[in-house]
Amino acid sequence: MTNLTTILSTVTASFIASFVEVVEAFTIVLAVGITQSWRPAFVGTGLALLVLAVLVLIFGPLLTLIPIELLQFVIGTLLILFGMRWLRKALLRSIGVLALRDEDRNFAAETEELERQKADKRANYLAGLAAFKAVLLEGTEVVFIVIAVGATRGLTVYAGLGALAAFLVVLAIGLVVHRPLSRVPENALKYVVGLMLTTFGIFWTGEGIGADWPGADLSLIGIFVVVTTTAVTLTRWLKGSAAIAAKGMVR
Amino acid sequence: MRLVQGLIEEVFGLFIDDGNLALLSVILVAVVAALTKLLGVPPLVAAGVLLVGCLLILSVSVFRAATKR
Repeated sequence: MTNLTTILSTVTASFIASFVEVVEAFTIVLAVGITQSWRPAFVGTGLALLVLAVLVLIFGPLLTLIPIELLQFVIGTLLILFGMRWLRKALLRSIGVLALRDEDRNFAAETEELERQKADKRANYLAGLAAFKAVLLEGTEVVFIVIAVGATRGLTVYAGLGALAAFLVVLAIGLVVHRPLSRVPENALKYVVGLMLTTFGIFWTGEGIGADWPGADLSLIGIFVVVTTTAVTLTRWLKGSAAIAAKGMVR
Repeated sequence: MRLVQGLIEEVFGLFIDDGNLALLSVILVAVVAALTKLLGVPPLVAAGVLLVGCLLILSVSVFRAATKR
């Protein structure tokens, strides 16, 4: 059964996850455009989008051949791995164990690299390749996210719309500010996406083994609350422990 | 060639960051599937085990990384 809860959670998860990935790709494409020229930036981006479209056209129809329970089980398992990886990283960043991602620093590093390559005869090619790689690699993640959150319920179009909206929003903001989107609260977004993807993963793996969740799709909300409560409690506890340890060291 | 290798690494890296977290998660899913298919445990109970197991694995992984500092 597909209801509003499923559609909204699918679109939201796809939008936020894709937003984070598009911001990362945008930083590199912007660096190429500003440092070298916009031609290789657009050619590299266009070619990468073409490759991604071909991949979707090849692998998309194959998914319809897989029995739904097996699809739910496999995609659910991959989502658990993917979601918990994001959640772990976001948790560790929020308690200060890992450094926060800094788009300004990444932009500066990419710009420096491109400046070094300017004397090279192949500078345009290398710049275009940098844009191509960035869009292809981040785009691969977006494609996986769209398929993973959409395929098991036949909501790939909704998930795709969420990703497209993220792309357009980042592009619109990027055109206005014309600099890396460093003020985007990337870790908070990754935290939320990690929670959502882990929730989807547990839900679909459960369905894949034949579980009839109480309340059907509405149980997504219940699982989300349990996962969120655990993550928030863990964060607070570890932050508290770190603060106590720091006080102890001062003494 | 390096691009293809990078792409493969990126796809692999989508799912695996901390090896322990990934391995334990896969083992948990396999155990849960075996519980229902081989031992006849009700699927909803197995799904509950999956939920609790995932949260335990995540908590232990984060705790270990945080206390390693």
